[in-house]
Amino acid sequence: MAETKNITFSQATLEAMQEEMARDDRVFVMGEDIVRQGGIFGQFRGLPDSFGTERVRDTPITETAIIGAAVGAALAGMRPIADMHFADFMMVCGDEIYNQMAKVHYMFGGQKTVPMVLRAPDGLINQAAAQHSQSLEAIFQHIPGLKVVAPSNPADAKGLLKSAIRDDNPVIYFEHKALFNTKGDVPTDDYLTPIGKAKVVSEGSDVTMVSYSNCLQTVAKPVVEMASKEGISIELVDLRTISPIDKDTILESVAKTSRLVIVHEAVKQGGVGGEISAIVAEEAIDLLDAPILRFGAPFTPVAFARPLEQEYRLKPQAILEAIRKMF
Amino acid sequence: MCAKAIRKEPLVPVTAYDRDLLVELYRKMVSIRLFEQKVEHHFLAGDIPGFVHLYIGEEGIATGVMANMTKEDYIESTHRGHGHTVAKGADLNRMMAEIFGKRTGCCKGKGGSMHIADFSVGMLGANGIVGGGYTLAVGAGLASKLRGDDRVSAVFFGDGASNRGTFHEALNMAAVWNLPVLFVCENNQWASTTPTNTANSVEDVADRAQGYGIPGYIVDGNDVFAVYEAAKEIIQSIRSGGGPVLLECKTYRIKGHFVGDPEKYRTKEEVQNMQQTNDPITRFEAKVTEAGVMTDQELEEIHRQVEAAIEDAVRFALESPEPDPSELYEDLYV
Repeated sequence: MAETKNITFSQATLEAMQEEMARDDRVFVMGEDIVRQGGIFGQFRGLPDSFGTERVRDTPITETAIIGAAVGAALAGMRPIADMHFADFMMVCGDEIYNQMAKVHYMFGGQKTVPMVLRAPDGLINQAAAQHSQSLEAIFQHIPGLKVVAPSNPADAKGLLKSAIRDDNPVIYFEHKALFNTKGDVPTDDYLTPIGKAKVVSEGSDVTMVSYSNCLQTVAKPVVEMASKEGISIELVDLRTISPIDKDTILESVAKTSRLVIVHEAVKQGGVGGEISAIVAEEAIDLLDAPILRFGAPFTPVAFARPLEQEYRLKPQAILEAIRKMF
Repeated sequence: MCAKAIRKEPLVPVTAYDRDLLVELYRKMVSIRLFEQKVEHHFLAGDIPGFVHLYIGEEGIATGVMANMTKEDYIESTHRGHGHTVAKGADLNRMMAEIFGKRTGCCKGKGGSMHIADFSVGMLGANGIVGGGYTLAVGAGLASKLRGDDRVSAVFFGDGASNRGTFHEALNMAAVWNLPVLFVCENNQWASTTPTNTANSVEDVADRAQGYGIPGYIVDGNDVFAVYEAAKEIIQSIRSGGGPVLLECKTYRIKGHFVGDPEKYRTKEEVQNMQQTNDPITRFEAKVTEAGVMTDQELEEIHRQVEAAIEDAVRFALESPEPDPSELYEDLYV
């Protein structure tokens, strides 16, 4: 076993950037409040000290130009990392993401790759309400040309960010805001976590549960634990990459368990769970012993007040009750 | 009262121009004109699919600006991008094949007229999104700054596109970071069907430069000498670290917004008058022959050479195969 160290998710992403910037002069970072604040969640703290404020640069409040300039810099041979502050702001630069970043490699006949990473802190935290709490990964899963990842722990956070920086395709890196301060064991050697590969977190025989990001830690894992006490063995799959989706790992697990539950923080309607359900329904419906269950947020914006935000969040107990009925 | 952008007039007498440069300027303008005329013909004949927007009447701008750039410099273009691509030195055969949707096209038939690009000559792409190119050019300029090279990035856009929010974000970012970016406004008086004076808050787009603390200049975009001389001085300044500049070139869109545009929004007389009195190629011919620096025969010979090259490009495009359906799935990811 490789040696590990226990660090936060935030530290893991910082190490990923430090290592890749030291390895490749073309990698640079830009975003709002990176230099003086170290990023709004401290995820860039110390980076300007190592690499200077040219390569780690504060931008104006100008999301459209941040992403557009990242695309342009990538076309001119650089490998930018662009920070979005909050993932909610991504639709401010919708054109730059889905018409430019996602398209230029393809529509110019593969003349030039777009090696860039868009860091997008997402998800529920501190009653941040409607415009600072969303999980928008499904929108970007729908767009060919983008890769979309969403790590759930520090080890994958580092390995996926390093892979994203080295990837010649544009990668959207969703990082849940509630994960930044969580700790985990991270290998000390130079490693990469492959993009496009889900991970079986814990093996099980009765139910396949697919989850990702913070929801895997705060909702899926507690459900797995409670179920196991009742004799229900859940195989937990961490999707890790939203697009391209790792069908094989999901289908292999479902072949083993014959039951599928998908759990994500994002709104259920039109969510990634729908895509996973459809894949399994199309390719393996004969294997299923029970209808597929999807759990996601209700079809409302995130509300501010405590009881309203609480109501919005998934309840492990409710998921467990539904799983019992699968048998 | 706001300070007005500075109008630049050509000062160098045409007799002082290097002969090779005159030939180059003329050859480029005629190449664009004949290229576009062929595209129009084959679009109307049904050989070219999609949407096509012609650069006819605006040749002096791409030609005059690009004569001051190298293949290492970058440009970002627009939906009306054939002229910029020709002027940047792209291969005419592969350009024409792209517009015809052939696999030999510079984008393998995946882009077409609105998404033409040739990275081998620093042409980073036309853009189907009006105002989509500014921030990309700023990024290319940022790449040059980070690397410490002396490339210049130019982005072309219309008077209509100057009302996009991306204009503001790009000019501000380029200015605050002192990036080597030239913003070239091709003010052709019409934003699709909307006259500029009903859509823009200022008469001269270049006046907006002062809002970003950068120089703004205006030139007669149909006088290739005016464009060339202004661009020469500006690009030298940008290349030596002087920061971004906004150059507005006054011109006129001779053709409809797209090929097939019924043009109900303007009179035929308006167009004819512009065509007869303000054609950049005719004006060039008059100037050089009156000054005695080029003869009609010389101009005709260049014209014939270009005509042959364009004929070759059309033949190449017509004879090239279409992509295989399986190529739909290529180039999505690396």
